[in-house]
Amino acid sequence: MNKLQYKIGEHPNLPAPKTQGGIFKAIRNNLFSTWYDSIITIILIYLLLSYLPMALDWLFFSADFFVDKRSQCTSGGACWGVITARFPQYLYGFYPPELYWRPNLASLLLLVALAPILYSKISYRKYFLMFSITYPLIAFWLLWGGFGLVPVESEKMGGLLLTLTLGVMGIALSLPIGILLALGRRSKMPAIRLFSTIFIELIRGVPMITLLFMATVLLPLFLPSDVIIDQLIRVIFIIVIFASAYMAEVIRGGLQSIRKGQYEASDVMGLSYWQSMSLIILPQALKISIPGIVNSFISLFKDTTLVIIVGMFDLLGVGRAALSNREWIGLANEVYMFIAIVFFVFCYLMSRYSLHLERRLSRSYK
Amino acid sequence: MSVKKAKAKKSKEVVIDIKELHKWYDSFHALKNVNLQVTKGEKIVVCGPSGSGKSTLIRCVNALEQFQQGSISVGGVEIKDDIKSINAVRAQAGMCFQHFNLFPHLTVLENCTLAPIWVKKMPKKQAEEIAMKLLERVKIPNEANKFPGQLSGGQQQRVAIARSLCMNPDIMLFDEPTSALDPEMISEVLDVMVDLAEQGMTMICVTHEMGFARRVADRVIFMDHGEILEQNDPETFFKNPKNDRAKEFLSQILGH
Repeated sequence: MNKLQYKIGEHPNLPAPKTQGGIFKAIRNNLFSTWYDSIITIILIYLLLSYLPMALDWLFFSADFFVDKRSQCTSGGACWGVITARFPQYLYGFYPPELYWRPNLASLLLLVALAPILYSKISYRKYFLMFSITYPLIAFWLLWGGFGLVPVESEKMGGLLLTLTLGVMGIALSLPIGILLALGRRSKMPAIRLFSTIFIELIRGVPMITLLFMATVLLPLFLPSDVIIDQLIRVIFIIVIFASAYMAEVIRGGLQSIRKGQYEASDVMGLSYWQSMSLIILPQALKISIPGIVNSFISLFKDTTLVIIVGMFDLLGVGRAALSNREWIGLANEVYMFIAIVFFVFCYLMSRYSLHLERRLSRSYK
Repeated sequence: MSVKKAKAKKSKEVVIDIKELHKWYDSFHALKNVNLQVTKGEKIVVCGPSGSGKSTLIRCVNALEQFQQGSISVGGVEIKDDIKSINAVRAQAGMCFQHFNLFPHLTVLENCTLAPIWVKKMPKKQAEEIAMKLLERVKIPNEANKFPGQLSGGQQQRVAIARSLCMNPDIMLFDEPTSALDPEMISEVLDVMVDLAEQGMTMICVTHEMGFARRVADRVIFMDHGEILEQNDPETFFKNPKNDRAKEFLSQILGH
């Protein structure tokens, strides 16, 4: 079209041609580009149209949301009463209802503590970060009590509260320990290298369920009888060491990809080992490892459901307890779907955040 | 060293003293009995075929490589196996690498201020003032807030030079600073190096830029197979090399 002639050496910068066609062209290109594409599209649309209304009907339109027992579910759809009637249990387990404000406050403060870690553009970030570091202690105090608050035994904790406690503690502790193990495995000091390697290989080589059993059954046998470590603490300990062994290998992968020149440059500038690690090497290595780290976080969060086998009632445990109740028997679909959705929401949020973080970091240096 | 030069430098203080240096990579004998004295303010250009040990030599000078025999002392500090002597040597000798080795996650300014702030415990503001002055000296003050990935190779190498100068070194070591650059960017880096030389910096440069060697060097050192085969002032070395391998090397790099 535009056949204007320019003298050689004087060709101006022209705007790029616009992609034409808009949404219809996109649909045609993606869904109907060949005859078999068209057939697949039509079959899928047919399936969607025939099953989606059924699914929505079961989930919402003919579902019973607020009932006290299964026999009151008469509409033929999902019987959400199994969730709603015991909703506080799904959230708090057997935490004393008059103290619900404490886990509530702890979750609220969790958001405050996460904000400066997740977003760098917060004003007064330094002070928020100081709060984030002390948060685990505050949460511990609020949940368990003591020092002026009524103590609550850890057996009383359950449901989403337990799942989140295990997940947040596991994530918050496994990352720093994983970093130390990864550095240790690459250390020049043989003793530290040997310790890290053995630790990682031993922990990785044993199923987490086995470790959980060992912590709950075997460990007390080895301790003097007057020493009693809270079961929740033991379980958190196991989750943390298990996750940090995997984390260490993910981060080691990131460390391997940093070129030797970066180490040499920080060496010749006189930075100490810890300075060059924390200022130069780790920021780059962690950035590369983000997908793997978040992968580990997500799998740790889901692995917390394994505590069910040592008799703790996390979200899944509470659901299973509800199912074994005579009044709600046979509602496995509703319970497992609810639990699946809750886990999916948390895991999906982590995944989206990691993508956001990757984009932000890649924008800043390229 | 020619007799004339030796007389001129006689009174000058020796800042780098390498004596009977041997280095092995496993069983490979990389440096063989290297002796080299560099006086204050002297500019040395080291050249030779690849694998001749020239990079290894200057990397030994600031303890990036360990050596098995002989001794190196820099500014009166002998390099030993302890962190203390190594840091004392590195505090005197800045280094620029073939591949710049800037920190990609930090801005140009942060690259320059990092070591002064963390190693010298300098206040941030003062470090930034010094860094800006040096960025002006290498003629890129306008790029201070960009990331290294946004700069051209020549600009990155000039940032790397400024970054080294921020630590206020007495000696600068250059390890093939222009080898990774596009041809049109070589001169902007060499100009900065010439400027540095004219200010009286003690320099050891591993480079194949013979024009630079002619212009700046007090002494050209030719290495091959881990040995210093010839050293002379640039005029004599280029016009009248005595060693056969040096002749061959020169004919190859000057021949085209």
